[in-house]
Amino acid sequence: MYRIRFHGRGGQGMKTASRLLGTALFKSGLEVQDAPKYGAERRGAPMLAFVRADRRPIHERGTVVSPDLVLVADETLFQVPVAGVMAGVKASTVLAIASQKPENVWRDRLKIDSPIYVLPQSEAADDEIPDVSALIAGAAARLTGLVSQEVLRQAVEEEIAPYGPKAVAFNLRAAGEGFGAMAAGEGSVGESLDQGADSYDKPDWIDLDLDLAATAAPNVYAAANSVLVRTGLWRTLRPVLDPENCGKCVWVCGSSCPDGVIGVDANGYPDIDYQHCKGCMICVVQCPRHAFAAIPEQDAAEAAQAAQMAQMEGTAS
Amino acid sequence: MTRTLLTGNAAAAWGARLARIDYLPAFPITPQTEIIETVSRWIADDEMRCRMVMLESEHSMLTAAGAAASTGVRTFTATSSQGLLYGMEMLYTIAGWRVPLVLINVSRGLSAPITLEPDHNDILAARDSGCLQFHCATCQEVVDAILIAYRVAEQPQVRLPVIVNLDGFSLSFTREPVSLPDDETAARFLPAFRHDAGEFRGGRPASKAVAVIGGGAYSYFRYETHLAAMAAIDAYGEATRDFEQLFGRRYPSIECYRNDDAEISFVMIGSFATKAKEAVDRLRDAGHKVGLVRPFMLRPLPEADLRAALDGKAGIAVIDQNLAPGRGGILHGEVTSVLYGLKTRPAALLSYIGGLGGRDIGVEEFFQIAADVRAAIASGATPAPRLLYTQSELTDMRKMQAVAHVEAAGEELAS
Ligand code: SF4
Ligand code: SF4
Repeated sequence: MYRIRFHGRGGQGMKTASRLLGTALFKSGLEVQDAPKYGAERRGAPMLAFVRADRRPIHERGTVVSPDLVLVADETLFQVPVAGVMAGVKASTVLAIASQKPENVWRDRLKIDSPIYVLPQSEAADDEIPDVSALIAGAAARLTGLVSQEVLRQAVEEEIAPYGPKAVAFNLRAAGEGFGAMAAGEGSVGESLDQGADSYDKPDWIDLDLDLAATAAPNVYAAANSVLVRTGLWRTLRPVLDPENCGKCVWVCGSSCPDGVIGVDANGYPDIDYQHCKGCMICVVQCPRHAFAAIPEQDAAEAAQAAQMAQMEGTAS
Repeated sequence: MTRTLLTGNAAAAWGARLARIDYLPAFPITPQTEIIETVSRWIADDEMRCRMVMLESEHSMLTAAGAAASTGVRTFTATSSQGLLYGMEMLYTIAGWRVPLVLINVSRGLSAPITLEPDHNDILAARDSGCLQFHCATCQEVVDAILIAYRVAEQPQVRLPVIVNLDGFSLSFTREPVSLPDDETAARFLPAFRHDAGEFRGGRPASKAVAVIGGGAYSYFRYETHLAAMAAIDAYGEATRDFEQLFGRRYPSIECYRNDDAEISFVMIGSFATKAKEAVDRLRDAGHKVGLVRPFMLRPLPEADLRAALDGKAGIAVIDQNLAPGRGGILHGEVTSVLYGLKTRPAALLSYIGGLGGRDIGVEEFFQIAADVRAAIASGATPAPRLLYTQSELTDMRKMQAVAHVEAAGEELAS
């Protein structure tokens, strides 16, 4: 059985990617299962989807825990433990990452021997979470070596048809792009062996003890614990202030923020708590002076890192 | 302790009074309403200190009850039949909240067709809710069960709601002698509810009943609810031992009547089980070794006690006052699973459905059931489950259908 997992953020189209690949594999004569996995999160939050494909009927269910192929639509997810991108990744697992960085950088960062393919990202419109479903699905199709470009085209047409001809055209192009980019890795994904009934990892079952109700009721006693939920991880665009344009009317942007994460700094400028700003861009729209710019999160993170380094060097010298 | 004539509903009100309840959310439904009316009169007359609130539905009523109980106040409420079903979502929910409270259900058959008289399909619909269940057979048991229920529910190991069931009409509106515990002894048996760390309090914010994503977390809470319900078996044993010491009345989880040397046992729950007692006495008079086994506590199911009561019998008849369409008797299934695996389990295990919507079960029917069991033991063949119904009942039914022009409608359809 082929087990494939897609990681992305809500809005990036990972569910669609899994359906595109699922349909393409099905049309190629395989038995298929595809599904998204949702939590209570919203747009921008880490999510995953998966596809199983086999020559025989598929009886396995639930999340793919031991993947043969992992596709990552947003490289920032590697830093998000709850996203579980590397969960169950073994030496034979193929990784495909949408990134501007080359393969050797990733190999160095992840410190694994698995085959890594980098999927160059096309320019994203910067006012929304880019939908990369077809790009990723095209790449996955090529890596499995089980789907022809023609069948991939049919799958895209079938799945995207309800969204109109413009969407179909866009996705056909993107799927072709993804398929083309993975030529070097064609067919590199293999089927992993199933656990044998005589040589399995014994489940570490326990006999659960009775806990008193104060412990065993679904209660949270910690005060103000919502700060522990780093909703900043959901952000794909970051509001960044240009102090030059700011009129210090923080009651305007501050009261428009649905998460209440805009404070006031010592100089009277808005001060955003980026740990919890989820990047809704309401402040960007509300500011009468257009003092906030919406910067793609990855660029912003790198710029912030560079600034920090510069500052550290500055203090060192 | 005074002996007085009380209806089952009045007994339930007395139970609440003796338990010194703090809060009573309410919504009326026949045949339960009297309980609430009685308590509200006592509150108005300053005979009870309790806050009573009328809610707009049983769903809200149970929500209010669960929320109040989570603050550590002693909470009581009552419903019946359709009302229980209307609040069903919250029944499961408050069990998950792990809050102690007592809910009275006055059993009444379920719609459709809608009816007023009792059977146990309402209360058994709540069987798997996580709420514990006590099934009363007399008005005396109603008062006592409420006190015992609070003791068990409030046990730190348990902390689950308890539903005390009494049958509509045959208990709710029926007066019989009841020994009322005095206030002082009742308070000795059931002290004030002791708050603990889990309680919700002003000035100490907490989130109760949070959402979880992921089967591992969800399973933990569900398993713990199960373990707490199982812990209620010991808590019940302890509470009823104290109860017997103070009041002299015994409440085994499974009541066995003339069952020790019985070859055949009837198994029943609720007030119609006293009819079975009567039948047992007369069968004994005629020389037949028959007994009665009556689970008082149905959740948790005291499997060991039930096994001990039934193991080694030659034959058993489970008489279900409920019907799971497409399956049969609910109690029959439970008893069967308890007996499975016993080497000396009864060879004959017969299933009867009766008493639906208050339909009587005549003493002659019990005699015939006993005869059926004897025949099954002799022949080794178990007859099909029987739906108790007589020719004269069908004749009456046909008359009603004639008045309703059912036949004409049938012919129209056929043509
Ligand atoms: S960012 Fe805009 S709204 Fe906020 S203080 Fe500056 S000028 Fe005012
Ligand atoms: S983008 Fe602006 S409005 Fe939205 S959460 Fe962040 S700071 Fe608040």
